[in-house]
Amino acid sequence: MLLIPVAFAAGATKMDARASDAALDARLKKLETELRCLVCQNQTLADSNADLAEDLRREVRSLAVQGKTDTEIKAYLVARYGDFVLYNPPLKGTTWLLWGAPFGLLVGGGALWWIVLRRRAARELPVSADDADAQARARAILDGAEPPAAS
Amino acid sequence: MKAIRWSIPLAIFVILLAFLWVGLGRDPREVPSPLIGKPAPAFALTELHQPSRTLSNSDLKGKVWLLNVWASWCVSCREEHPLLMQLAASKAVLIYGLDYKDDPNAGRTWLTQNGNPYTASIVDRDGRVGIDYGVYGVPETFVVDKEGVIRYKQIGPLSLTSLQQKIGSAVRFSCC
Repeated sequence: MLLIPVAFAAGATKMDARASDAALDARLKKLETELRCLVCQNQTLADSNADLAEDLRREVRSLAVQGKTDTEIKAYLVARYGDFVLYNPPLKGTTWLLWGAPFGLLVGGGALWWIVLRRRAARELPVSADDADAQARARAILDGAEPPAAS
Repeated sequence: MKAIRWSIPLAIFVILLAFLWVGLGRDPREVPSPLIGKPAPAFALTELHQPSRTLSNSDLKGKVWLLNVWASWCVSCREEHPLLMQLAASKAVLIYGLDYKDDPNAGRTWLTQNGNPYTASIVDRDGRVGIDYGVYGVPETFVVDKEGVIRYKQIGPLSLTSLQQKIGSAVRFSCC
């Protein structure tokens, strides 16, 4: 009689452990896709088979098991390898150009486009009597009523 | 008006050219270390030739020393090894070796075959101290000053130029 709740409790903790393992795996997988492998620089820590990537994955896991948050784990790696380990570079003094340039180009390009459009609109003159004559001739040529003047 | 017409695209082109010039001239393998100007990470590891002894960074306080990360499996280490041997012979600076992720037996054999420039080598079997030092491309060389602060880091093999200019000036700066 006494054994049943004990067995049940043991089963429950085992299930909990398995569930939290799966959660940890998912969390680490996500974290590892945000970190760069230093050896093969265009691969994430999750993708890389390099020896160092393996070591770093082991390190990241042990930090996570110790209860460190994602931010703390990233800070741990940044302290050793620099911002380069992060696939998303942080916004700071040396990276403002990197983050700001796309918006700057968008605003600059938009301004240029607007100026060009306005100039073009200003250049379009009202149709004069000469133009009306010329248009009538052009229409006649297009309709085949009048042969084009040899030039 | 005409001048503005062609000078704006020209200016943009020149700026682009400047970015490409600087960007393409850089070695993407060389990631600047955040450890420069910071205290050398602590370690306490067994010595390669005297496994009963432990060397820690606090033992080296008050001295200027190089930490050269090497391994018997490291091919480029052979390239810089003659330079390290010369540097050791000149007694200009203490050289300590970090035998990184290596079998100690293989490490000892390698030093017997190629010569041992190190005052002592320490064994980083699982590469954990390597991680603390941000090692990702063996060989690497750190210059540590008397206060135990990292002054310079060389990624990849040393050359005569890098040794004379970068390492040399970092050592001189550290010692006097």
